[in-house]
Amino acid sequence: MNNFDFDVITRSVGYLFRDGMVFTMKLTLLSTAMGLALGTLLAMCRLSGWRSLAAAAGIYVNFLRALPLILVIFWFYFLVPYLGGWLTGAGRPVSVGGFTSALITFTLFEAAYFCEIMRAGIQSIPRGQTAAAYALGLNYWQMMANIVLPQALRNMAPILLTQTIVLFQDTSLVYVLSLTDFLGAGINVAQRDNRLVEMYIFVAVVYFIISFAASRMVRYLQRYKTLAA
Amino acid sequence: MNYNWNWSIFFEQAPTGGTYLQGLAMGFAWTIGTAALSWMLALAMGTLVGVARTTRLKWVRLLGAVYVEFFRNIPLLVQMFLWYFVVPEILPVALGDAIKQIVPPWGIFVPAVLCLGFYTSSRVAEQVRAGIESLPRGQSMAATALGLAPAQVYRYILLPTSFRIILPPLVSELLNLIKNTSVAFTIGLLELVGAARSMQEFSFQVFETFTAATLFYLLLNLIVLRVMLLIEARVAVPGFTGPARTAKKAKAIGEVATA
Repeated sequence: MNNFDFDVITRSVGYLFRDGMVFTMKLTLLSTAMGLALGTLLAMCRLSGWRSLAAAAGIYVNFLRALPLILVIFWFYFLVPYLGGWLTGAGRPVSVGGFTSALITFTLFEAAYFCEIMRAGIQSIPRGQTAAAYALGLNYWQMMANIVLPQALRNMAPILLTQTIVLFQDTSLVYVLSLTDFLGAGINVAQRDNRLVEMYIFVAVVYFIISFAASRMVRYLQRYKTLAA
Repeated sequence: MNYNWNWSIFFEQAPTGGTYLQGLAMGFAWTIGTAALSWMLALAMGTLVGVARTTRLKWVRLLGAVYVEFFRNIPLLVQMFLWYFVVPEILPVALGDAIKQIVPPWGIFVPAVLCLGFYTSSRVAEQVRAGIESLPRGQSMAATALGLAPAQVYRYILLPTSFRIILPPLVSELLNLIKNTSVAFTIGLLELVGAARSMQEFSFQVFETFTAATLFYLLLNLIVLRVMLLIEARVAVPGFTGPARTAKKAKAIGEVATA
């Protein structure tokens, strides 16, 4: 332990953040935004009066939530090229970049988790508000967009942000596709310079600082919200 | 689509010995074994740390909080690499070398179990703490007034009731743990995903392989849920946790909170 080499970190810090962390952040933010949008739609389906739609959304959500993320990453890694070929009518598998494949996977996977959060959020709005919106002549989409969803989002903000922190940590699993996210960049340096101990500890410390700071902010937001209410 | 389906692949001989289906079944067994051992570690450590976070000693509470934050804010995959690559290096040389000498499956299995156990224990600890805090303060006061020592208050009064309350969220933690064992595949454990990857590389039948692995996970999920419902019914105290309906509701809340 007394030959801990800090130099390997200072030498590679630019690469780690410019290449690795940018990839991780891009994947986290894009899949959060798209997963939340899809998850909200799924939640509306699950709560819809149309039985078969609700059942289909329920099966999708429960199915994905029962599977490990790594298995789902592999599924889509092999499935997306075939789906692409089928959708474009090319008749043969289309090659899709690693980032696109990961983005599709995380969006579809996280949508299942965001769906359950948004479902609880929508159900937290008193039914009288929905009835009042209909009485005022709003249709379903107007009622959702202007009355229910803004409040549901605000009520669920702390849980949604916590889920985003989980997602941020989960993006490290793109390691199994050999993509260069923050962890992947760290591993590249570790193997090039044969400095496994230093790199893994540094990567762990960075992940810890970001996740810890973010979860503190969520807690602060929660307290602020409770005081304001 | 020009993909050649071949469902009989499962009964063909794998180059690793036995049929492909036997290979997957072995992976399934490793998944169950890893999850079971890690769960015992997680329950033991989680209870200990959860109790620590509710004591009156300030430094013990702080220690518990540091423990939970440490394991919660580092990605599981990074923790797996820390246990496997880093821990043997930073221990005293003789001990580190002894660890590296452990024969193959166990040299991976042990760090995997430790990693998953400690990671899950931080989440169990939060549930245990929430369970204890949900009990009325009068319970521990009454117990103390009856002459019970602090350890006895936890052992006979607080923990038995807390565990009944937090059983549903603990079940979702167990299901999460089973899914998380797949991360041990990255350090070379041939659990279900590892076995599926190996089969897919040798047989080239990607979709059949992953379909089978998916079915194994769904099966395990169903079994755990069934068994846990039985346990829940078995340990229920009449009039305490209420009818099945409330338990269901608590479970829904727990699932959202721990998702």
